[in-house]
Amino acid sequence: MTGAMRGRPGRGRAIAGAFLLVLLFLLAFAGPLVSPWGWDDIDFTAFLSPPSARHWFGTTQSGRDVFALTLRGMQKSLIIGLSVAVLSTGLAAVVGTVAGYFGGWADRALMWGVDLLLVLPSFLVMAVLSPALGGGWQALVALLAAFLWMVTARMVRGMTVSLREREWVLAARFLGVGATRTIVRHVLPHLASLLLVDAAVNVSVAILAESGLSYFGFGVRPPDTSLGTVIAESRGAATVFPWLFGFAAGLLVLIVLAVNLLADGLRDVLDPQLAASGPSAEAEAEVTADGARAGSGAGSGEPAVEGSAG
Amino acid sequence: MAGFLLRRLANYAVLVVLAASLAYVLAACALNPRANLMDRSPRPSAAVVDAELTRLNLNDRTPLPRRYLTWADGVLHGDFGHTWEGESVNGEMWRRAWVSLRLLLGGAVLGGVFGVLLGAYAAVRRDRFPDRAATYGAYLLLSVPVFVLAVLLQYAAERVNAMTGTQLFAWVGESTPGAGDGTFGGLDALADRARHLLLPTLTIAFGQAALYARYQRGLMLDVLGADFVRTARAKGLTRRAALLKHGLRTALIPMTTYFSYTFGMLLLGSMFTEKIFGWHGMGEWLVDSISRGDVNVVAATACFAAVTVLLAGVFSDVLYGILDPRVRTRTR
Repeated sequence: MTGAMRGRPGRGRAIAGAFLLVLLFLLAFAGPLVSPWGWDDIDFTAFLSPPSARHWFGTTQSGRDVFALTLRGMQKSLIIGLSVAVLSTGLAAVVGTVAGYFGGWADRALMWGVDLLLVLPSFLVMAVLSPALGGGWQALVALLAAFLWMVTARMVRGMTVSLREREWVLAARFLGVGATRTIVRHVLPHLASLLLVDAAVNVSVAILAESGLSYFGFGVRPPDTSLGTVIAESRGAATVFPWLFGFAAGLLVLIVLAVNLLADGLRDVLDPQLAASGPSAEAEAEVTADGARAGSGAGSGEPAVEGSAG
Repeated sequence: MAGFLLRRLANYAVLVVLAASLAYVLAACALNPRANLMDRSPRPSAAVVDAELTRLNLNDRTPLPRRYLTWADGVLHGDFGHTWEGESVNGEMWRRAWVSLRLLLGGAVLGGVFGVLLGAYAAVRRDRFPDRAATYGAYLLLSVPVFVLAVLLQYAAERVNAMTGTQLFAWVGESTPGAGDGTFGGLDALADRARHLLLPTLTIAFGQAALYARYQRGLMLDVLGADFVRTARAKGLTRRAALLKHGLRTALIPMTTYFSYTFGMLLLGSMFTEKIFGWHGMGEWLVDSISRGDVNVVAATACFAAVTVLLAGVFSDVLYGILDPRVRTRTR
């Protein structure tokens, strides 16, 4: 595997992204161990103090340590991003393969559901429902996952439709293997690279969405904290007290950048067309994956599906 | 083509109705306008609150189906009901839609044009320095959330203002009150509006440009090795002419889908920009009405968003049909 990977385009990006991500994870989860302040401690002797030896990232208006707050926010953002990605990609795989493999009514009903969810303004639904569901971060994960899977499901369905007629799938079916087993053993492995890349992309989309929702107060809410709430708290004061904003914003950008690098590198590394042929294959791969992500409107999944199935 | 479009339109119409209804039901179930009204000072009596809620069709003691029917009946007659303050939603919606449009149009066009050119250029100079710089620049920009980018721009603008000693950039609201009272009157007011537009436009344009640059690079790479570009070169066209006239034009066709969809999404997606720069447009309205529990406004914005996205879809279908002859023959 390593031999085959050498010289693949995108390998450097994938490794750089993964390395950066590991560092960020270490910072988020090991950092609080060395920090003298807890995220909910209040230092009554230092309000809005700039970064110093005592408070590495400074303190907020209420005397909370920005370093501890930021790391706590990072933990939340990372956990939410990962769980949303796993859930939504899993859902996309199930719905897409079922719709593509069985066809007929199941297919039509599921794809209609996909269209409907694409038309619903997801931000609005999440913002309305997240407080109503109790406002915990688990509810937020479920909501985010519920609105991220549709485009991928369409792509998976398109690929499953073309895989369904392949010899090995037909052989399994004629041997009397059950539908579930056929899908798991003979269809899913061919979608693995697409799903892996999709999951990686979803991590960054979820983190951005979560911090955006929290920024408006619809996501993670005080007293709990995420990078979005830390940044939101600095609203209006960011240019005067830059430490309130800079560290959290910088780390948020770094996380997303690392995940994007990893996803993009993985896409190129895992693309079999890219190793075999020339420039046009790469272009196609890039357009396919990007197009699918961007086209969140009904119907725009179509061209992307053709591209990846062909 | 016409039949295809009609079928698409009918499908879209059903989706809009469903999306708006779902949004209404969700908002009516989850939001709590009663608590907000009770918090007013001086504290109103329960009977007053009840009467007010009933008047606005927000009373949670009326069964949901009846509230929904009242609302749907109004919407079918072109009336989205009243806001929490008792104003008509329709009038406010048009006003705010225009504000959003003023805010977005410049940024979207600027970002689109710049992004497409950058992406195409990067593809032509593939794997050389301009390509690398553009690709990594786009990466970085796409990783920066809008609410971070806006603050960074504000920070830079503050520096520029301080350095030049002028108020070149302004970032609160759409205009300064009384800007048109100076010696130049209307001209001053116009300049003032332009100054207020600079930063939000840049914020939107950066994000859009990064997005389009990535798409366009991929599409252009696809076209570079195509037969028709080679034919154009063989015909004796210069490389530049062949790439611009035959390459870029072909590679732009799929972009129409992105353009129209992104613009449809932008109208509501601008909430961060509107909130941060203090513009009173649709995005800000949505955020505020959710936190206030203003069900009618939430439903109206949802409806508006669904209609814009689907209009964008229809528009891109039509445009695609006009630009790409293959679509016309394929769909009959």
